[in-house]
Amino acid sequence: MLEEGVKVPRALASGPSCFIPAKEMLIEGPNQDILIESFLSLGRVDHLTTIMALHPSYLSCFLKTQHALFELDGPLPRDWRHYISVLAAARHHCSYMVQQHSAAFLEAGGEENWLGGLEHAPAKLRSLQTLNKLLAHRPWLITQQHIQELVCAGAEPRWSLAELIHAVILMANTHSLCSFAWGCGLNPEPDHVGGYTFHPPSPSHIPRSTHSPAHEDGRQELVDGAVEVEVLMKRMVELQEQEEECTQEEMVTRFERERSESIPTAVVRGAPPELVLCLVEEPEFRYEDFAPRGEQSPHIMRAQDYSWEDHGFSLVQRLLPDMGQFLDEEFQVVSNLTYHRMAMHEGVDTYTLRKALWNYIHCLYGIRYDDYDYGSVNVLLERSLKVFVKTVACHPEQTTARIYHAFWRHFRHSEKVHANLIVMEARLQAALLYTLRAITYYMR
Amino acid sequence: MEKMSRVTTALGSNSISGRTMFCHLDAPANAISVCRDATQVVVAGRNIFKIYALEEEQFVEKLNLRVGRKPSLNFSCADVMWHQMEENLLATAATNGAVVTWNLGKPSRNKQDQLFTEHKRTVNKVCFHPTEAYMLLSGSQDGFMKCFDLRKKESVSTFSEDLRILSAPNSVKNTISCFTTHFCLVIFSRGWLATGGRDKMVKVWDMTTNRAKEIYCVQTIASVARVKWRPERKFHLATCSMMVDHNIYVWDIRRPFIPFATFEEHKDVTTGIVWRHQHDPHYLLSGSKDSTLYQHMFKDAMRPVDKANPEGLCFGLMGDLAFAVNESLVSSDAGRKPYAGGDRRYPFFSFKKPNPTEQFAHVSSALSVFETDLDSNRMDWFVKTAQRYLLSGKPFTELCDHNAKVARELKRPQVRRRNLDRQIKPTKHVFGQREENTRNNAIMQLSSINLSETSSSSLRVVTTPPSSSSSSCAVPEEQVYTLPPEAFQLRHEIVDNPSAPEHLQQDKADSPHVSGNEAEVTCLTPIESFSLISISQPLYSPHLHASFFCPIVREMLSYYAEQGDVQMAVSVLIVLGERIRKEIDDLTQEHWYMSYIDLLQRFELWNVSNEVIKLSTCSAITCLNQTSTTLHINCTNCKRPMSNKGWICDRCRQCASACAVCHHVVKGLFVWCQGCSHGGHLEHIMNWLRNNAHCPAGCGHMCEYT
Repeated sequence: MLEEGVKVPRALASGPSCFIPAKEMLIEGPNQDILIESFLSLGRVDHLTTIMALHPSYLSCFLKTQHALFELDGPLPRDWRHYISVLAAARHHCSYMVQQHSAAFLEAGGEENWLGGLEHAPAKLRSLQTLNKLLAHRPWLITQQHIQELVCAGAEPRWSLAELIHAVILMANTHSLCSFAWGCGLNPEPDHVGGYTFHPPSPSHIPRSTHSPAHEDGRQELVDGAVEVEVLMKRMVELQEQEEECTQEEMVTRFERERSESIPTAVVRGAPPELVLCLVEEPEFRYEDFAPRGEQSPHIMRAQDYSWEDHGFSLVQRLLPDMGQFLDEEFQVVSNLTYHRMAMHEGVDTYTLRKALWNYIHCLYGIRYDDYDYGSVNVLLERSLKVFVKTVACHPEQTTARIYHAFWRHFRHSEKVHANLIVMEARLQAALLYTLRAITYYMR
Repeated sequence: MEKMSRVTTALGSNSISGRTMFCHLDAPANAISVCRDATQVVVAGRNIFKIYALEEEQFVEKLNLRVGRKPSLNFSCADVMWHQMEENLLATAATNGAVVTWNLGKPSRNKQDQLFTEHKRTVNKVCFHPTEAYMLLSGSQDGFMKCFDLRKKESVSTFSEDLRILSAPNSVKNTISCFTTHFCLVIFSRGWLATGGRDKMVKVWDMTTNRAKEIYCVQTIASVARVKWRPERKFHLATCSMMVDHNIYVWDIRRPFIPFATFEEHKDVTTGIVWRHQHDPHYLLSGSKDSTLYQHMFKDAMRPVDKANPEGLCFGLMGDLAFAVNESLVSSDAGRKPYAGGDRRYPFFSFKKPNPTEQFAHVSSALSVFETDLDSNRMDWFVKTAQRYLLSGKPFTELCDHNAKVARELKRPQVRRRNLDRQIKPTKHVFGQREENTRNNAIMQLSSINLSETSSSSLRVVTTPPSSSSSSCAVPEEQVYTLPPEAFQLRHEIVDNPSAPEHLQQDKADSPHVSGNEAEVTCLTPIESFSLISISQPLYSPHLHASFFCPIVREMLSYYAEQGDVQMAVSVLIVLGERIRKEIDDLTQEHWYMSYIDLLQRFELWNVSNEVIKLSTCSAITCLNQTSTTLHINCTNCKRPMSNKGWICDRCRQCASACAVCHHVVKGLFVWCQGCSHGGHLEHIMNWLRNNAHCPAGCGHMCEYT
């Protein structure tokens, strides 16, 4: 083709992630069957799948959910489903997800000019924007009025409850996937903007650094890191044994401390690509710390009063049969996922650590568990980890390689991806709980 | 159970009395429990923990257990239980994982007695042992059940949560209730165990044998939150749900389809139900998230059975009519004449022995089936017209022509007329040259056509004109003179035809015959009237817009639809398209479409029904095609479902759906024999079976291709 004057593009990315060296993926990525299966069903193995394949048991239920969400029977037409996801991904400036869903949207027969800007889309889709915005950044602000505006008899255009819940799950699912994409530093696919080049590789071209700083740092760092892991393990054991009594006040203070601890996440980044920006209304609306003491104070959500197991599941299952089952499975797989190892240690019970991560994210979203002592979050999650988790969960577009490499320096990459999975699912559940509660109130 | 009744006070002389009543609580309730003598009830929730006395007319607050300026989370209760022997003893399950006991006999304001913090997660349920006074059982989300001995201040045994806990209560002898994390909630009674959960089912298990056997199952409409057996009624239990549904249902488990009684007072989900006294089935207490506490009298309950329709009526596809009704009603109807020929009464096939313990009236029904006469013309016309009508793909006039021809061939004169009528409109536009006032005449004419077509009574002649009266105020005298005779004449013709030919839907039972020649007679009238228009009538002035006819067409369509001929209405609607659509409101259109599609599908005219769905402009109709769009494929080799999208079955690793002739994978139209399940490319199989009788796969089956 070169002779005929056709330019042949060249893929830029040297692996699925710019955080994780490609050769590590090969070493750690074992299970081939799941990749074959996903290749057969999707026609390609994208970077997202490749990274998730580090945790095959999760990947298989994740693919099932995605299939059900985008392909199987549901109240929304297929092109709409992808368009809603495009809108959701645009909120987090995630051009990876935007392009993935744009392609699928066109494949499902969607109109191309919708992608050029929100104003070309039908009014019914545009009416989702408020919900999309809140769901992405401050789900605790969603009230039954928001639901009512879309669903009630006078609303024009009107959403049915089943359509709405489908759209909500699509949006929440995509938002949390954006967190994952940013948190794992996904490279653009070879067919994405920025994923290829027409320039021939220059001899002096140095591929982007694929080494983590941990490897480059001196020996002293290595030793420190090893000590950190030891300390963490000791603390976990201690926490499990300790039967500490503390007062109600103390518990509240601990929760508040975690919630309000200032974790610097605002890093200024370049403006998002035009491709993404034209699909976002009010781009300046971002995550803000959940502040129950503020003027129009939102109430803390008590996990015992509206839980996924009792309430959320039943509602989803009622309005969108089977979807509740799929999501429930996803949550369960993530909360039980463990390989009983930490960094270089085998046979470790990581339950407390996983629980602390999960509850910390819910805490950032203003969900409180009566039966959890938030003191342990402080004990188990080091500051660099908190920075990473809060960035990925709340401002995913600001994740940088430095933040990624700074925490858990001696852990495997697969373990960091595991942490990302927990962030993603916890975030999904938090956003769903707030919206489902609003829907329940509306239905009452 | 026997042991229990010995220790409890039997319902004696001081029997309970009261009425349906309620009181407002300050906060949503999570659980309620009553004390042994049924005089007090404790209500517990996140922000409430109070004891109310049950008096004759009202609830009276007795005690607030929630004390302190900032009560600790130990007061935030998920469940509460009043000891059934020890009047002063209560136990609560706190959301922070604590199990707390309270002693009302304490002199201080804070009645907290003991605190067990052995559970790691929220405790869902607590329960006292019914006979061993010091045993307390609790279940938590951490997956453990613990049994506490109140004298020892610690748990004496722990059960890990599993299905095995179903049998655990056996070892603790007659424990009445226990729980699991989210799946079921378990109630024990007389060797029967009732479980309910988020699978929306209440199941009753027989625990008397070694293996638990499911004996009854009640389907509810929402996830089940609580289940309580009704005292003194072996087969009754009360349920309330966790989400969405706010009612309390009492079921007779032998009749699982309709609740025996319902209580509909609550405005938010009911969180706690308890029978007031364990030997009195007439009082039910309930607490709810809507912050109210109710006492329900059983006699005030809604009985859905009473509202159930005791009669059933259904049309068969071919016009048969089945009718089931209480037998007593039928026999008392002495004036009823048996229908000659068609009426066949089918005997009621099963009869259940009345069980005196069931509180259901026994109704035996008579089922009558009226069959239509096979000779009279049947629904064939429906099928044929449906198949042959063209709804799209050609210019408007051609479509009209075609459809009119179809109608004529099938001897459905009215339809044909309609199509002719449709043709009139464009022609009128072309020819119209006369003065304006003549148009009224034409309208009258048209409405009289309308009447003749609809074969309605002559009264319609009087009623129709006003519909177009907006322009008829200036009718010159002479025109008026010319009109009546025509209308009169037409009317007479109709009167001469005694039976309406096409009222198949309604009149089948009484008018079995529609003679062919009557149909021909009616067939003549329209031509006359049509010629009247085209020859003697002044034609339309050119400025008369097509929309001028819309009211008439609309009326006509409604008439057809009302007569049961939705086929007509929908076909006209589709062919006329934009010309008429905005005249008819969306709901009506949707209704017509739905009925027509339903009919088409009952006749298995899938292609036609899909075409109609595709051509319709109602969003509610077009989205019918968006559901169930999945095609499930089974592998031809191993007969298992193919889970992935490729052409290779992942179980037997072979190409699924290979053509039996060319042995390549078929991607596209696949035809297969339903006898031997071999098949292949449509073309290949057609060619093969042209020359051979046997299956190309060599299985020896004599395949047939039709």
